Amino acid sequence: MAEAHPVGFQWVIEAKNRGATVIHVDPRFSRTSALAHTHVPVRAGADIAFLGGVVNYILSNEKDFREYVLAYTNASMIVSDDFLDTEDLDGLFSGFDPKTNTYDESSWMYAGHEEHGQAHEESHASRETASAQQHESHGPPLPGDVRRDPTLQHPRCVYQILKRHYGRYTPEVVEQLCGVPVDKFLAVCEAWTSNSGRERTTSLVYSVGWTQHSVGVQYIRTGAIIQLLLGNMGRPGGGVLALRGHASIQGSTDIPTLFNLLPGYLPMPHHAQHVDFQDWIDDIRHPGQKGFWANAEAYAVSLLKAYFGEAATEENQWGYGWLPRLTGDHGTYRQALDMIDGKIKGYFLLGQNPAVGSAHGRAQRLGMANLDWLVVRDLYMIESATFWKNGPEVETGEITPETCRTEVFFMPAASHAEKEGTFTQTQRLLQWREKAVEPPADARSELWFFYHLGKRIRARLASSTLPRDAGIKNLTWEYGEDEPSGEAVLQEINGFDLSTGKPLSTFNEMKPDGSTSGGCWIYTGVFADGVNQAARRKPGSEQSWVAPEWGWAWPANRRTLYNRASADPDGNPWSERKAYVWWDGSAGEWTGHDVPDFEKTKPPSYRPPEGASGVAAISGDDAFIMQGDGKGWLYVPSGLIDGPMPTHYEPAESMIRNPLYGQQANPTRKVYDRDDNPTNPSPPEPHTDVFPYVFGTSRLTEHHTAGGMSRQLAYLSELQPEMFVEVSPELATERGLEHLGWAHVITARAAIEAKVLVTDRMTPLRIEGRIIHQLWLPYHWGAEGLITGDSANDLIGITLDPNVLIQESKVGTCDIQPGRRPTGKALLAYVEEYRRRAGLIPGHHTPIVTTRAPEDADGQQ
Amino acid sequence: MGVRTWIEGWPVYRQLTGTDPLGRGAAAQSDRSKSLTARTETADRVAKSVCPYCAVGCGQRIFVKDEKVVQIEGDPDSPISRGRLCPKGSASLSLVTSDRRRQHVLYRRPYGTEWERLDLETAMDMIADRVLEAREQTWEDADDEGRPLNRTLGISSLGGATLDNEENYLIKKLFTALGAIQIENQARI
Repeated sequence: MAEAHPVGFQWVIEAKNRGATVIHVDPRFSRTSALAHTHVPVRAGADIAFLGGVVNYILSNEKDFREYVLAYTNASMIVSDDFLDTEDLDGLFSGFDPKTNTYDESSWMYAGHEEHGQAHEESHASRETASAQQHESHGPPLPGDVRRDPTLQHPRCVYQILKRHYGRYTPEVVEQLCGVPVDKFLAVCEAWTSNSGRERTTSLVYSVGWTQHSVGVQYIRTGAIIQLLLGNMGRPGGGVLALRGHASIQGSTDIPTLFNLLPGYLPMPHHAQHVDFQDWIDDIRHPGQKGFWANAEAYAVSLLKAYFGEAATEENQWGYGWLPRLTGDHGTYRQALDMIDGKIKGYFLLGQNPAVGSAHGRAQRLGMANLDWLVVRDLYMIESATFWKNGPEVETGEITPETCRTEVFFMPAASHAEKEGTFTQTQRLLQWREKAVEPPADARSELWFFYHLGKRIRARLASSTLPRDAGIKNLTWEYGEDEPSGEAVLQEINGFDLSTGKPLSTFNEMKPDGSTSGGCWIYTGVFADGVNQAARRKPGSEQSWVAPEWGWAWPANRRTLYNRASADPDGNPWSERKAYVWWDGSAGEWTGHDVPDFEKTKPPSYRPPEGASGVAAISGDDAFIMQGDGKGWLYVPSGLIDGPMPTHYEPAESMIRNPLYGQQANPTRKVYDRDDNPTNPSPPEPHTDVFPYVFGTSRLTEHHTAGGMSRQLAYLSELQPEMFVEVSPELATERGLEHLGWAHVITARAAIEAKVLVTDRMTPLRIEGRIIHQLWLPYHWGAEGLITGDSANDLIGITLDPNVLIQESKVGTCDIQPGRRPTGKALLAYVEEYRRRAGLIPGHHTPIVTTRAPEDADGQQ
Repeated sequence: MGVRTWIEGWPVYRQLTGTDPLGRGAAAQSDRSKSLTARTETADRVAKSVCPYCAVGCGQRIFVKDEKVVQIEGDPDSPISRGRLCPKGSASLSLVTSDRRRQHVLYRRPYGTEWERLDLETAMDMIADRVLEAREQTWEDADDEGRPLNRTLGISSLGGATLDNEENYLIKKLFTALGAIQIENQARI
């Protein structure tokens, strides 16, 4: 955090100065570790083992915050008799289908509701479309009436299932898998649990490298389980806090430039699941279910009214038929491979540099070299615009300008100072930026570019009568003559009451009858009362510590989500020290320091009438109001592809045989099994000694992602001038690496060179009785800019988390050798020889299911 | 110059005896630095902004003189950043004003070996033509069972995490209406 989010880290230091304990768990000692009380070096890729050990510590010592757990989580709910755990099935859950490598999830469901579980086909479609991402703010389908055992003694209640599942994750197993000594691990458990409860809260902070694993979602799930068990969710000083890496990456998820989402986490229609409007709506709102998603029709109709205006009518299903349909995986990595295969004609790059910033840089560049046309919009020249001229494949002769057919347009972009608009930062806070000056020369904002591109396209199609052109012709697309007004677009996002023309103040005002519009329902309120709430700048020193009058947070300017949980079931603060929102009985409303995340006048004593659904079905003590059962989920009965509980799997590339289960790696991970995307061998395959080391990548304070905004700047280039690889003195000795000399790192995809930095910030770990060396690289370098170097992402292959289709790029295996890498064609031969030695010859397939046969598992192991 | 003036001209003396014990203000001033004026004081106006790098969202103040950005500093009013900026945020003046920044459209024709200049309006027209052509070539009306697809898989887009919400909104709106679904950004990475 001190490295990549230094200014946010001031609050950690602020807390430390007030007595908080700061623990940093990371393979590498960084600037964060230097300021923490404790640094815990761990093996990359074993986080579920570590955190699962914490869950085991909590449950076996009964350290959970029992009143919170009983009231606000699904601990007491009874799971189906049919459910079998990874502990029973050698690393698989019940319902696995080895043909599709997906689960039939019906046995994971609560008892009596098995028919609500996802079948194989649905599970497969969900993986292809990363549908778990739609649950960012809502739970998957779930009935409200679930059998419970408030004593938590029923052997099939979630609490007991969790306890059995993690029973094997003992401190000794954590030591064996993660390389963390037992006493050091127990000190972390003790600190975490003793700092949680009525009087105290602990926050868990991660940076989004945590998502970049084949089990990334389950890493974060494990963190969420701990925080729920300890009562740290929805409370001040608690939570699971994601530190995201781009100025508006939260905004570009909320108002998504993502293939599977529409604004506000509405799903993009799927050709088979959402043939007509009603299929689509019912799949979002799940009729009969609790919670605010029951009003999804109002959000969806308001979006279509924002898109298509008066052309969207009840008769034409609000223009639903004009929306395009998904058929499966259309993610960025699928696209790169489809470019190689010649299926994609044109590509827009908007402030993004996949030649350096995406996994498998070689595949990215070879894909771009096989397009009809490419439009690159950026402030500076980037590698993704010049791959045809000076990329690594030009050096090896695989791409030559004379034979590369891709037509490239470089369009200079306006900077943040040259346009008005909002960024949504990592805490869901929208902040309006004023325009300081006009952009220079041809530089334009994306707002300008897409508005004028759209205008041109609409003009060309004005006389078309083809059905396919109806959507674009009916699109509301009037944003003035030159630069669209950012405020006008933000107002469209906020939404209007179409009968009065007034901006909506909350999404509760949205209607399913076409009388309201709104381009992103969760952002409704950003223009409440006709005022740009995101532009509010009341100095922090002149308001409360929650600072509600600085910017605007979705939803409803609420700064901490699920803050109903900061009060006890009766509505009183858990403690005076941790008071945040509470029920004011005399006034008959919720009040406090933040906007209560609950219906303002629904008392804690409210119980829904028989047969209630939607918002009315939320009890006065259902703190998790977006979940289908109103509870925080320790166990996920539906909606995740890879299991209801996080389980330790080895990374897709590991030299360690999974000591816990026969199943080596996540059996549902998304793979692209192609000769141009080889995976280094892992047990039980042979040849793991060819790539004997673990590597990881991350950022430096002085650089940003693929370097387009940092390697071009003199100060930053001077501060961190060179690509390097950091190794321990022990590894340096083992491989003959010299401090400040050259070395090169090799995987099945590439060999890259870097200067060697030998430090004891990298710790060799004892895993399963042997020493494991980890090395670390920054990933900022490429061929353009003031400072250049090889790209760490070239080392990485494409294997994805099944829930969200994010690549495993924070752990892999490699070799490292002293000296510079070969150049030209010799480089290709060099990497080819490594592949041959590793058995990665054409026709090789990485095994996915590696459980032992049942007869072996039953016998000795 | 008298002895007294001479001694008072000595920064260490001023630091030890004056109101600036850390020697970071008045004690360290020379005649030249006394006469300097900060760019922030002579700016024509200040725009309230936000740092464009990571997602912490530090407040920035952008100082403008003669329609040029002359300085970017942390905004002390921000309850998020309290006036601080990291090395990247502190370098954002360079980000905006560097002479390495590209200001003109460049074009690389198929099989071309060098960049060429292209007029902005021409480039916009060419891109619009290419979008429509790619869409036409790859259009899919329906699947095998006749269910609507209404889309093109011939066009891709990547980017958005560094852009404004309003921009992402228009990008998704336009591409969706065109039937282009392969729209992605850094959030997938």
